[in-house]
Amino acid sequence: MLNLETPKKFRPLVNQARQVAQSVFRPISRKYDREEHAYPVELDMLAAIMDGMNDGTMGEGAGAGKLKAEKKNDEGIVNSTNMSTVLGLQELCWGDVGLSLTLPRQGLGNAAIAAVANEEQLKRFGKKWAAMAITEPDCGSDSAAIRTTAIKDGDEYVINGEKIFVTSGQRADAVVVWASLDRSLGRAAIKSFVVEKGTPGMELGRLEKKLGIKASDTATISFNDCRVPAENLLGSPEINVEQGFAGVMQTFDNTRPVVAAMAVGVAKAALDRTHELLEKQGMHFRYPTNMARTSEIEARLYRYEADWEAARLLTLRAAWMADNGMPNSKEASMAKAKAGRTANAITLGCVELLGAMGYCEDELLEKWARDSKILDIFEGTQQIQQLIIARRILGKTSAELR
Amino acid sequence: MGNDIQGIGLGLARRFAGSKLAEKSGLRRPAERLAYLSTRTGFRLAGSLIKPKQKAPSDPGERLPNSREKSLFDLSLTEEQMMIRDTVQSFAADVMRDLAHQADEQHTTPDDFTRQIQDLGLSLFAVPENLGGAAQAYAPTTSALIAEDLAWGDFSLALSALAPVAVANAIVRWGSRQQQEFWLPRWLGEAPVKAAIAVQESSPLFRSHHLGTRAKATRKGFIISGTKTLVPLNGEASLYLIAASLNDKPKLFLVAGDSKGLHFESRPAMGLKACGTGTLTLDQVEVDSAALLGGEHTDFDYQSFIDLGQLHWSAMAIGTCQAALDYLIPYCNERKAFGEPISHRQSVAFILADMATEIDAMRLMVWRAAARAEQGMSFHREAMLAHLLCSEKAMKIGTDAVQLLGGHGFTKEHPAERWYRDLRILSCITSGLHL
Repeated sequence: MLNLETPKKFRPLVNQARQVAQSVFRPISRKYDREEHAYPVELDMLAAIMDGMNDGTMGEGAGAGKLKAEKKNDEGIVNSTNMSTVLGLQELCWGDVGLSLTLPRQGLGNAAIAAVANEEQLKRFGKKWAAMAITEPDCGSDSAAIRTTAIKDGDEYVINGEKIFVTSGQRADAVVVWASLDRSLGRAAIKSFVVEKGTPGMELGRLEKKLGIKASDTATISFNDCRVPAENLLGSPEINVEQGFAGVMQTFDNTRPVVAAMAVGVAKAALDRTHELLEKQGMHFRYPTNMARTSEIEARLYRYEADWEAARLLTLRAAWMADNGMPNSKEASMAKAKAGRTANAITLGCVELLGAMGYCEDELLEKWARDSKILDIFEGTQQIQQLIIARRILGKTSAELR
Repeated sequence: MGNDIQGIGLGLARRFAGSKLAEKSGLRRPAERLAYLSTRTGFRLAGSLIKPKQKAPSDPGERLPNSREKSLFDLSLTEEQMMIRDTVQSFAADVMRDLAHQADEQHTTPDDFTRQIQDLGLSLFAVPENLGGAAQAYAPTTSALIAEDLAWGDFSLALSALAPVAVANAIVRWGSRQQQEFWLPRWLGEAPVKAAIAVQESSPLFRSHHLGTRAKATRKGFIISGTKTLVPLNGEASLYLIAASLNDKPKLFLVAGDSKGLHFESRPAMGLKACGTGTLTLDQVEVDSAALLGGEHTDFDYQSFIDLGQLHWSAMAIGTCQAALDYLIPYCNERKAFGEPISHRQSVAFILADMATEIDAMRLMVWRAAARAEQGMSFHREAMLAHLLCSEKAMKIGTDAVQLLGGHGFTKEHPAERWYRDLRILSCITSGLHL
């Protein structure tokens, strides 16, 4: 039966995540925005709490670490890990997107491991903080074009190539690397490998200086004859041309709603603060049925809020589908597309509405407006999401609709 | 043609057959049911007429129960909802789509269509079981699904069909017992009822809480004067539910269509042509005290009444936007330019992707607000935001639909220009419907 409220059983978790956001993230938010590349030591203490949240009640936490598409069962509809993850991350990112991204053991690599790892791999890597390395200097959205190779040699794979934009690449214990087994076989030969920090041949290059999410490190990593055990390959080693890209791409069905949730969180932060500041100026928000005599500023904030609510519900839907074993590629992309563009528009719009106050560093609004931009880029840009949605609804292949 | 109207009507009758009322009376065949209902309501009507009139109409009426509060986030429809959707969707596809163009051109809703809607039994499901209908619980989510599916067939014809249902919904939700017993039986007979809600006035910057139409209390009842605009059904309604200010508070009045001083004048608009819009003027219309919806001391909440109306419009907008998308996908896949289907171009494909995304967003927003209402939770903020999103996106989708068809979209060879005109109503009207 239709019900679109936050599930009762997750309300304590949502509240817990909000407390963390409010009491831990917000007070150090500006500090690590200014001190780019400084390690936020406050988070070590938090990591223990997060592990507790993950392992505690119902085994569901606010991080991205435990994402997994559920198998459909006979018990009817469930609200599970995907739902709790997006709800929790939304709150954490209301506090700070950069800090949420650098939470130990909650990396997107962990989501990849959770999505495709076998039992044995889960045991070895489940507790490690894993980053995700896909992008290369010459390929971004076109991940089928990656040049990094992994050549089988006995019981090992030998990895060669260069990866950029690896979120938490410096701080994580391991990196999930996308590499091709045989470049002549196209995208079907692309597999993911777990490479643990300290493996000979893996070298950390520079850290990027960025527009936003400065609390999160973004690294360049190069691989020169880097040898990993064959059993570090995630998923099947077979090159299945029929299945194509599906193996590695399926991670995105779970991680895109997570990034959408981050966008929903930071957009809400901007909306809340803007409301608060304008209420002090005597403005009231009563949601009038007819806006013909409503001030332009108030009306714009209602439009933002409507788009925000829409993004939030699309995100919850994508997570709900994943929890219930329904294929959700299109819906995950819809959530990511709507949330990414909405969060960027809202955070920038709130800065504009508040003028100098929004633009100055005295408020966090200008920071949120910088942080939000990445959410419309990583895990697939706005345009990539539109392509995916369009191909689905039009029934087109990636060769037809490029 | 797939399902004929008989078959579709039977679809809804299946649901009736499973209801307590049918069980109690041992009736299974629809014909028997209708006969039974008209007799039964005939008695009720007679009974209410004999009742002494001087009694104040303030006993609270029959209220449909809210559903219990749900604990899970859930987007799955109930079996009953899926069954109703199947029925209404086939009616929209098989009957309404074919009628839409001509109805728009001729500015009329065909009588045949009105009868078929009556046979479909929608109004039966607005009236509570205890009053002779088939409704067991307050179900605005189901009403929203029905509105979406009818408007997929045609926006304007859907309005003709839903305007009377909206009046019944409002009487069920807010009316006194006496008003319910007097008026609701009309929705249970075999002849289609024509009724409409009239709130909107033509003054610029109109706000639904500041009405130009005024009611003055007299010894016998009220005298109402004012003008309403965009009233549907071509002046044929036998009952209007009219918003007027009484002691500076917005109230609703049940006014019979043949009341003295009530004038309807046809005033076509940009869209909604099939439902025959016009201006309704009240020139010192006298009504008795029983006309005030819910009476003096009631649970009547004008804001919720307005919100349920805006949600109803929003649900209709979803259906017409979905119709546009469903029409554009095959068109853009078949239409060739520069040697390939135009859907192979990102500038075309991305518009369709955004359309699909926003339609889903509109639907989720309307569902959330309706589901909150269904569970007896507050829903003003959610309804307002849902309507705001639907107004903005519906117009964008309407205009993109014409654009993607190019010059063809501008002609009446395709329905896009009609959707463009009809969808513009979303931000131009307050109330007129009621979930």
